Amino acid sequence: MHGLTQDWEVQEPDRCLVLEDYESLKPRWCPGCGDHAVLGALQRLSRDLQLPPEKVVIVSGIGCSSRFPHYMKTYGFHGLHGRPLPIASGVLSRRPDLHVFVVTGDGDCCAIGTAHWIHAVRHNMNLTVLLFDNNIYGLTKMQSSPTTPWGSASNTHPTGVPVAPINPLEVTLGIGNASFVAQTLDWSPPHLYATLKAAHAHDGLSFVRILQRCPHFMRDRWDELQNEAERVAVLEDDGMGIPVGDPVRRLFPHIVPHDPTDLGRGRHLATGAEGIPMGLLYCNPDSPRYDQVTIQGLGMSADDKLRAMSAELDRFAL
Amino acid sequence: MGDGTERGTPETNGQGGNANHGALVHEVAEHIVEIISDSGEGAQTAGQLFGTVSARMGNGVWTVEIIPAEIEPPYRSRAGASGNRIRVATRPVTNMGEAADVVVAFNEQVPYSRIDVGALKPGTLLFLESEWANSPDPLIREAYATALVDFQDRGYEVVEVPMQQECLRLVEDPKRGKNIWILGLLCALYERDLALVETLIERKLGRKGAAVVQANQGLLRAGYDWATHNVDRRFRVPVEGTDADRVVMNGNEALALGVMSAGIEVCSMYPITPATSVSHYLAARFGQVGGIVHQAEDEIAAIGFAIGASYAGKTAVTVTSGPGLALKTEFIGLATMAEIPLVIIDVQRGGPSTGLPTRVEQGDLLAAIFGQPGDTPVIVLAPSSIEECFHFVITARKLTETFRVPVILLTDASLATAQQPFLRPSPCQQWLAPPVDPSPWDPEVPPYAWDPETGLSQRPLPGQRGGEYVVTGLAHDEESHVAYESKVNQRGLAMRRRKLETLRSSLRTPTIHGDDEGDVLVVGWGSTRGAIEEAVDVMREQGNKVSCLTLRFLSPMEPGLTEIFGRFRRVMTVEINYSDPPSAGEGRTYAQLAWLLRAQTLVDVDCWSCVPGVPLPPRVIAAAIRERLPDPTAEPSFDGENVPCTV
Repeated sequence: MHGLTQDWEVQEPDRCLVLEDYESLKPRWCPGCGDHAVLGALQRLSRDLQLPPEKVVIVSGIGCSSRFPHYMKTYGFHGLHGRPLPIASGVLSRRPDLHVFVVTGDGDCCAIGTAHWIHAVRHNMNLTVLLFDNNIYGLTKMQSSPTTPWGSASNTHPTGVPVAPINPLEVTLGIGNASFVAQTLDWSPPHLYATLKAAHAHDGLSFVRILQRCPHFMRDRWDELQNEAERVAVLEDDGMGIPVGDPVRRLFPHIVPHDPTDLGRGRHLATGAEGIPMGLLYCNPDSPRYDQVTIQGLGMSADDKLRAMSAELDRFAL
Repeated sequence: MGDGTERGTPETNGQGGNANHGALVHEVAEHIVEIISDSGEGAQTAGQLFGTVSARMGNGVWTVEIIPAEIEPPYRSRAGASGNRIRVATRPVTNMGEAADVVVAFNEQVPYSRIDVGALKPGTLLFLESEWANSPDPLIREAYATALVDFQDRGYEVVEVPMQQECLRLVEDPKRGKNIWILGLLCALYERDLALVETLIERKLGRKGAAVVQANQGLLRAGYDWATHNVDRRFRVPVEGTDADRVVMNGNEALALGVMSAGIEVCSMYPITPATSVSHYLAARFGQVGGIVHQAEDEIAAIGFAIGASYAGKTAVTVTSGPGLALKTEFIGLATMAEIPLVIIDVQRGGPSTGLPTRVEQGDLLAAIFGQPGDTPVIVLAPSSIEECFHFVITARKLTETFRVPVILLTDASLATAQQPFLRPSPCQQWLAPPVDPSPWDPEVPPYAWDPETGLSQRPLPGQRGGEYVVTGLAHDEESHVAYESKVNQRGLAMRRRKLETLRSSLRTPTIHGDDEGDVLVVGWGSTRGAIEEAVDVMREQGNKVSCLTLRFLSPMEPGLTEIFGRFRRVMTVEINYSDPPSAGEGRTYAQLAWLLRAQTLVDVDCWSCVPGVPLPPRVIAAAIRERLPDPTAEPSFDGENVPCTV
């Protein structure tokens, strides 16, 4: 940013990025959709961190939330249903200079893309993964998703979903090598922002489940949580994780101290035993990162390659 | 063509000197050798070394692996033959040929699996391990004796060899080492350069330590000495001198080296037979040129990762076989729609479904071209030799980046494991992928600035300021903005299709092997080329007006075919996939290339194909061609169930 140096020179950065630099097409989500809040939070975070838009890649799958990249004036990849994680992993594999975000939904991540979810967490590449969980398929008009509550009626289960839902937090915390698992709510902008900021700052795959409102197909889904804020367990730690500021405290009175290095307790909290958790459940910055393996050999010169190739062919020479 | 090309009669070699011990030297234009054993006895290693030394001495060579269907088939079983076939010739060899001239068998049961597929013929010289004659187990002794009589009845010339007994003089466990002793025997039989073989052994086994190398070199010399004193003949396959630098490798190694020479940095794969050995090679060696292998959680993730890397400026390759190609179809559609470069290698195997995982078939051609839902133009290339496996990867990388169209490279299980010497490639800067361009992008230029004439456009890469855009698999305009308007959709499809026509207009008319006109033109693609050309050569020597051509570009197809076809009375394809006989009439199912050619040229293209799971021998192809001559000979052609297959 602009400022004065010690010898009173005016310091002028070569660019000063403002919110508009991250804003693209006008979002076409429904009014009241939780996705708007996440978009705004990510745009603000990008501005605050002055992330060069050309160095940001938003990869998404298919679904309402996966329209996200179209609304960011950065590079984006609106891919296939369920497959944003393999694409994002490939993008990052040889481009450690990029900030790669993944936007996925509960159908995208927890149904058709489940295998990739598990293995991306295991690979622990430096990706920021945002799971927009509204408990329903919206784009295709109200089919049950793997997180739709048991008994909840949908167009595919008019008499109610006959099986219990998946808890994405529990699943993620059950995957070896998980390194950052958090949950936040679309209706708490300060916490949402703080969570995205911590997730982006984390070295490794940060998995953020965002409880997200769908006013069209799941109108009442989070009413209880919104009306009875004490049902939310706000996780607070010694400063390692997501800071809990006063605006959050004012709205959510139930503060639960939690050491995010404690995996066992993180798993316990993920079940909702002490309230719907909001905050950092688990963090292990020492989990091995696969992107540190995939960058091997980057930047080798053409001459070195040709020399090596010649030696390689010698092995087959007659 | 062991019988047909043997030249002259056996002659005594006056210059043989001591090494020959008075043995008769037979000069032959070519010979086919098989080494077969139970799985795990090292016959494949011995065969590969024999092929390599022969190639290094200047012979034309084609080696084929003989692979049992199971990892560990039962011991001494007829189904368990594992080993190698080596065709050695004066001239370059392009296929595995017909029945073997010499077979080395580690027990008396394994030859039967080879006899069943016609790999032996009356007169085949069979070197047979004789230890079974003295087995403590009376059943084994009896089986051996029975087989020995049977082999003689079948007209094979059996030479009993005490392999185990001889090896025991040198090593405690003859199971480890018998193969190298046998290699020594063959080196004496074919007058191979022993010092050269010793060097190759050192290279192959060096990392196991000097003691292992010395033990094996001892076994080699012992086998050589035994044959020198106990085998009464030698085979001399003359060499046509060549000064050119050459290399020898199999098709999957050639693909891997092609990937490395193309400057590709990422191979993203999921294990699948018979493609995986490409990735094995890269896993061990890719780092030498700065590349990585990513083993994904499934075939879909493998191609997704490759597309991601390529989108970010690092054109990637994914390697698979039929079942994997099926799983990748949605992503291939995305790469086509979003115009993201990608090289897909499909080492074809028998299908459908799990099919014949280790066996050759050419059944993926139509799936590669038309397998994607929607109108999805892709480039499809098929190498027809080991050398082309190498060079076509480099071509594929360039094409996919220039045209922004996925390129599918179709090889098969036959090319995958066959070894052949070829001119040593000279990697150069032009082959390498350019580094990622970090310079700003002109914001006025959209990511799909289609040239209306060619459909071509340049793409901005992440990191290029001013080029920010969002890739989408949805219908989109030049800006990559989602667009549902009819005009925009029509235009996008037209631009993507036009790129193929642009490529087609730059291709050359294919070369005809043989005369430019005649009675029958055989059209083939992929690994069958060598056998088709050999069949055509033999028929031409017999006075038939037969020619052939091989297509390397299947989509878009090489130009000028209608005109070429017009110069022949009949046109037919020969392929390894399923087709009905001509008697099937109007509802006849044609071989896959024949379908394409009929649609493309409106010529009444005939076909002959079958799915034996093995490469087609030249005489089988010749029989099919003969049936289509204006004056067909009486000899009936083979159908898929009676093909005398030799591997």
